[in-house]
Amino acid sequence: MRFVTADPIDLAPLIAAVQAPERGGVASFLGLVRNHHEGRGVLRLDYSAYGPMAEAECGRIVAEAEGRWRVTIALRHRVGTLAVGDVAVAAAAASAHREEAFAACRYVIEEVKRRVPIWKREHYADGTVVWVDPTASLQHA
Amino acid sequence: MPAPATPSLTVRVLLFASYAEALGFETLELTVPSPATLSTVIEQLRALPGGDQLPLKPLCARNLAHAPAEEAVAMGDEIAVLPPLAGG
Repeated sequence: MRFVTADPIDLAPLIAAVQAPERGGVASFLGLVRNHHEGRGVLRLDYSAYGPMAEAECGRIVAEAEGRWRVTIALRHRVGTLAVGDVAVAAAAASAHREEAFAACRYVIEEVKRRVPIWKREHYADGTVVWVDPTASLQHA
Repeated sequence: MPAPATPSLTVRVLLFASYAEALGFETLELTVPSPATLSTVIEQLRALPGGDQLPLKPLCARNLAHAPAEEAVAMGDEIAVLPPLAGG
């Protein structure tokens, strides 16, 4: 597995992987488990994935970004049970200049959320457990 | 003489998350009349117990890539029915 992992995600090795002498800018994004969702307290999350497709889709997204901008991308998404504050997703984009690094990093994280087959089940402080449906809350997002 | 067999094809269906819970399984070998599209597969799934909890046009993938409902399916395809994505 290149992009999806059950292990904790550390940003430093991702940045190290994309750094190079000719790349003067690295933009990164970390998505963390939040302690609230629509006003309810969240205790933890279970992330699950359609593993082979998640790998394939992440690969396509990285290839698209690297084709559209002069960047090198590192990307990881975690699966399994995560606690509040744990890193769920990390992306790093390195380029000669910051504009392309920011643009590519933004593109990668937005496309991951839109296209990669990953689901999360939230465990709330009140004891309920719910599959998160981002499309259900679009009207008041 | 027996009637000629209706052409059919078999695909492997994968369900995930809330859809797997609704229908009570994660994988299924499904035989559908040929030619068929992803819509044909969804119609058959919706006829199964719990299948009414699938939307009419759920997000689908064919052989590890997103695919529209009208896309044709072939023998041996891996068809995944994807609940609303929630990565990131």
